[in-house]
Amino acid sequence: MSTVRFGPELALLVAAGLVVLVDLAYPRRMVSLALGLLGVAAAAVWTLALGFGGGRGSAFQGTLLVDNFSLFFAVLVLAVTGAVLLASWDSLRAMGGREAEYVALMLVAATGALLLAGVNDLIAIFIALELTSVPQYILAAFSRTNRSSEAGLKYLLYGAISSAVLLYGMAFLYGATGTTSLPGIAHALSAHDGRTAAAVVGMVFVAAGFGFKMAIVPFQMWVPDVYQGAPTPVSAYLSVGSKAAGFAVALRVFLTALRVDGLATDWANMFAVLAVASMTIGNVGALWQRDIKRLLGYSSIAQAGNLLVGLAAATATRGDVLGASGVLFFVAAYAFTNLGAFIAVIALSHRLGSDEIDAYAGAWRRSPLLAVVLAFCLVSLTGIPPTAGFWAKLYIFNAAVRGGMVWLAVIGVLNSVISAAYYLGVVGVMFMRPPAEERRISLSPVVGLPLIVAAVGTLAFGLVPGPLIAAAEHAAAVFAH
Amino acid sequence: MIPLDQVLVFSGILFALGVYGVLTRRNAIAILMSVELMLTAVNTNFIAFGVFHRPSLAVGLVFAVFVITVAAAEVGLALAIILRIYRQRTTANVDEVDILKW
Repeated sequence: MSTVRFGPELALLVAAGLVVLVDLAYPRRMVSLALGLLGVAAAAVWTLALGFGGGRGSAFQGTLLVDNFSLFFAVLVLAVTGAVLLASWDSLRAMGGREAEYVALMLVAATGALLLAGVNDLIAIFIALELTSVPQYILAAFSRTNRSSEAGLKYLLYGAISSAVLLYGMAFLYGATGTTSLPGIAHALSAHDGRTAAAVVGMVFVAAGFGFKMAIVPFQMWVPDVYQGAPTPVSAYLSVGSKAAGFAVALRVFLTALRVDGLATDWANMFAVLAVASMTIGNVGALWQRDIKRLLGYSSIAQAGNLLVGLAAATATRGDVLGASGVLFFVAAYAFTNLGAFIAVIALSHRLGSDEIDAYAGAWRRSPLLAVVLAFCLVSLTGIPPTAGFWAKLYIFNAAVRGGMVWLAVIGVLNSVISAAYYLGVVGVMFMRPPAEERRISLSPVVGLPLIVAAVGTLAFGLVPGPLIAAAEHAAAVFAH
Repeated sequence: MIPLDQVLVFSGILFALGVYGVLTRRNAIAILMSVELMLTAVNTNFIAFGVFHRPSLAVGLVFAVFVITVAAAEVGLALAIILRIYRQRTTANVDEVDILKW
C-alpha cells in the first residue's frame, strides 16, 4: 500500500528519467514537453484515483500522509506544473538543446513540492524541501545569461542559509521532544508544559526556514532579484508552485506539531507581525518598479503577507480551522490569478523583447487578448470583484476578524488600496498610452491554452466561489480537533 | 561524558560564527564555507540530542547523515554556478554581482 500511496511522486520521477533518456535518441522539444506533460497527467490521474478510490491513509510507517490536505495541494501543484510546462513552449526554443533537462528538473521540483504537502516527519520534510529547492536553483540559473546566473547564485545562497537555519530549529524541536514525527512532537509537547526554551527556539528557527520558501519578510530579499533574473516560466513556477508548497508544509508543521497552548499564541502573534511587514514592504517596494517581473516579485511578497494573515488566524479559536481553509482557498485563487498574469507576461515579453513596463504601452491595440487577460488578473490580485482574488481576500480577512485580529484585517484592506496603485498603473499603461508600433503580437496556441484556463478559472471562481471554498474547508478539516 | 548543555553552548557559538561569516564575507565561496559552519553546528546538535535521548534509536545520527549528504549536493551545485559567474565577470564577490537590484 505504501508504494501505491507514493504513486504520484513515482510517476513524476519515472517521467523525469524517461524525458532525459528519450532525449538521447530523439532530441526534440515537442517530445520532451509531451513526455513531461504525460508524466504530470499520470500523476494527476493517480492522485484523483487515491482521492476518489479511498486511498487515504499513511505510507512508510506514517512518514507520508495521503489525506484531504495533501490531495488538495497535490492537485494544485500538478495543475501549476502542467501550466508552466505548456507556457515554457516559446522559452524552450532559446535553451539550445537543453529542453529535456529543463522539463526533467521541473518534474523533480514538482515531486518535491508534492512530497512537502504530505510528509509528516522532520527528516522527510527536510529531504522534500531540498528535493524541490535544488532543481529550482538550477532552473533559475538555466539561461546562461549574466542575469540568470546572478539569480541562480542569489537564490542558492539564500536557500542554503535558510536551510541551515531551518535545520538548527529542527534540531531543537527534536531535542525538546526526542522524536522527529510531527504527531510525536505534538504529543511530547502537550504531555507537560510545551513552552520550553528549546521548543520556542526551535519554533522560531523553523518558521524562519519556511519563511524563505514562502517568500515573506524578513526573508524576501531574494524574491525580486530572482524573479527578474530567472527565465520567466521559472519565475512563474517559483511564485505559485514553490510558494504553495511552502505554505502547505508550514501549515502542516505548525498546526500538527506546534499547536500547543502558549506556543500557539506565540507563533500566531509572530505571523501576524510578519504578515503586516510582508504586506507593507511588498506593496511599497512595488510602487516604483519599472520592470514587470520585479513588480510581480514585490507583489508576490505582499500576497504572501495576505496568506500569513490566514496562518496567524489559524489557531485563534480551538477547533476552528477558518484561517487554515482561508490559506488553502487563497493559495488556489492566487495560483489561477498569478499564473494568468505571468503567462501573459511570458507571451508579451517574448514578442516585445523587453520586461520594461513602458514597453507594454498600447499593448491593448497590439494584442487585445493578452492585454485583457493581464489586466483582469491584475484586478484580481488587487482584490476587486468579480474575481477569485476578491473572495480570497474577503475570506482570509474574515478569518482574521473572527479570530479577534480586527487590526490585522484593517491593515490588510489598507494595503490592498496601496496595491491598487501599481496594479492598475500597469493596466493604465496598456490601455491608455499609445503603442510604439502597431504590429500585432501573435500568441502560440500552446501558450494560449494555459493562459485561457487561468483567466477562465479566475473569472469562474470569482462568480461562483462556492465549490473551491468547500474543497478548501474540506481539506483544512484535517487539522480540526 | 560531556554534559548536554556544554555541547549546546559549543554548537551555539559555532552557529553564531557561521552567521557572522555569512553576513560579513563578500566572497561567495567564503559565504558557502560559513554556511558549512552553520551546518556543522546543526549536526553537533543532532548528535548530542540523539545521544541524550535514546542512543539505541540513532534518529539524531540518521538526521546528521542526511544533512551531510544534502549539503554536499548543494555545495557542488553552488560551486558550478560560482564558476560560471567567475567566467562571465571574473569575480566571485557577491557585492560585485549586482546587475539585479532595487
